[in-house]
Amino acid sequence: MPHLLTIAVSILFDGLAYAMFLFITSVGLSVTMGLMGFVNLAHGAFAMAGGYIVVSLTRSLGIDFVPSLLISAVVIAVASVPFERGLYRRLYKSTDLEQVLLTIGLAFMAIAAFTYFYGPIPKSVPLPSWLEGDINLGFRSFPSYRAFLILIGAILITILWYAFERTNIGAKIRAAVDNRRMAESVGINVDRLFTLTFALGSGLAALGGGFAIQLFGLTPYFAVLYLVLFLIVVAVGGLGSLKGTLLAALVIGIIDTGGKYMFPQAGNFFIYAITVIVLLIKPAGFYGRE
Amino acid sequence: MAASEPTSGAMTAKAARDRAAEYLLRRHYFRWPEALPWLIAIVCFFVFPDRMTFGSQVVIMIMFALSLDLILGYAGIVTLGHAAFFGVGAYTVALASLKLGWSEPVSGVVGAGIVAGLVGVIVGWFILRYRGLTLLMLTIAFAAMLQEAGNIRSDFTGGYDGLPGLMFDPLLGHFQYDLYGHTAYWYALAVLAVVFFFVRRVVYSPFGQALTGIRENVRRMHSIGSPVHRRLVTVYAISAGIAGMAGALFTQTNAYVTLTVFDFDASAKVMVMLILGGTGRLYGPFIGAVIYMVMEDYFSKLSPTFWQFGIGLMLVLAVLFARRGLLGLAETGWRKLSQRGAP
Repeated sequence: MPHLLTIAVSILFDGLAYAMFLFITSVGLSVTMGLMGFVNLAHGAFAMAGGYIVVSLTRSLGIDFVPSLLISAVVIAVASVPFERGLYRRLYKSTDLEQVLLTIGLAFMAIAAFTYFYGPIPKSVPLPSWLEGDINLGFRSFPSYRAFLILIGAILITILWYAFERTNIGAKIRAAVDNRRMAESVGINVDRLFTLTFALGSGLAALGGGFAIQLFGLTPYFAVLYLVLFLIVVAVGGLGSLKGTLLAALVIGIIDTGGKYMFPQAGNFFIYAITVIVLLIKPAGFYGRE
Repeated sequence: MAASEPTSGAMTAKAARDRAAEYLLRRHYFRWPEALPWLIAIVCFFVFPDRMTFGSQVVIMIMFALSLDLILGYAGIVTLGHAAFFGVGAYTVALASLKLGWSEPVSGVVGAGIVAGLVGVIVGWFILRYRGLTLLMLTIAFAAMLQEAGNIRSDFTGGYDGLPGLMFDPLLGHFQYDLYGHTAYWYALAVLAVVFFFVRRVVYSPFGQALTGIRENVRRMHSIGSPVHRRLVTVYAISAGIAGMAGALFTQTNAYVTLTVFDFDASAKVMVMLILGGTGRLYGPFIGAVIYMVMEDYFSKLSPTFWQFGIGLMLVLAVLFARRGLLGLAETGWRKLSQRGAP
């Protein structure tokens, strides 16, 4: 049945691209939540801001799409540090509720500010010619934009895996996620580690936001609409686990794409259903610590 | 408990125990300021007779915020999906009227409360074993799932276009819903009064004490043998029922309902109201909902963007400077003033 196979390959491919977007955007959230247990509902706002920076760079300054992505990621990474130092750190020891309120307040402010400057209409960006159209992979052709996203995702996974498992800083992060007090008592500066991962995570979120422009169309409400998805990936994968975040992103990306192919009217129903089922069975997620 | 201090003598221990018992006994006595919100509500009717449609919406939001206060403020359950129960109630009366021809308003509200309460029992039984992020995500996912399910069956629920043309019988067989919302206002206020005194009773009961205990130290409550899960499910169901009743009133007074009642924004909004007024206190929802709704009415006409920025800023400032809400702030201020006045 060649027809079914074609559909299956398309679902797998689109699902994979979607999963890479989810992974890139959520991985920072997972690590920062795992480190400090901080519920950061403003993470989507950083992604949204990153997307708008890409829009400005490409449209107003005429910079190419790919360099714009990199610049935007760096800008957001740097810009997130004052937020962490000034606001977030006051609430590390507070209750979940206070963290939820502060960060959702920040997200609302960001939505309003970006609506004021960019308007509520979805934005798009000019793509270089090699990202438009299809790319032929021998047995069939795929949209090149998604293929590029999958490639970048694969590269980032490799880099992050190496950094996490093979470097000194990665070992410190893993130690701090496992047991923060113990890590502190052997002299790891968890505060500084947190600032570092927070900046890195926000930068990656900005990268994801940049990719999202062509996938979903960027509006200021991106900050809240997709936030729920990022949180789902983090919760289903398990806090602070790279492997878990990747697995959750793949499961959710592929099942959601498949669900939308076959039952277009179901919307996001499948995502929420998977979330509820996984969390009821494994409340700490796939690879979380119970 | 001061009574368990080994160093104090038998007499002082007994005195302390008596004082604690006295406090618990007297805490629920009515004090005259408690009549104030209701007097203000009645005065409002005569001062703003042409704004009563808005007034009834404020009363409904007070009720919704009160239901959230019960679980968030007293039991410490952090939820961002409470709109689910508001929506269940709203659709219960809408569908009962449209499909079953059951348009009697008071029994509709009671029925919606029961349906939402039952949904609360089922959902609560599953999700209240968890805390923190997992619980938060489950509440969000549950509300979103209901919304998506409603959208899948939009032939039945009307989807995002809503169910228009709902008709409800005159209240108690006599009072028609009027254009100025006068009937709606008194109706909503009466339901709120009944619900409020029920909640007040619950909060001051030993059951309410146990909830506060669970919020403050769940491990200790487990270790003294309190049935934590059952208590949480019970209060969740009560809260869901009240939220459902608020939703039912919403549908009846607007004669209209859409799937947006399940929005994440709706859950966040009611939480903002509660936080603004102050959690874990009976009159927090009153202050919060009134101030929020009046400000929203005023500012969102000027500029919705500006208003959204304002909500965000209020939340950030509330967390940084007024963690106990406006009522908490007032309480602190009052205490400082009276201390200065005292010799």
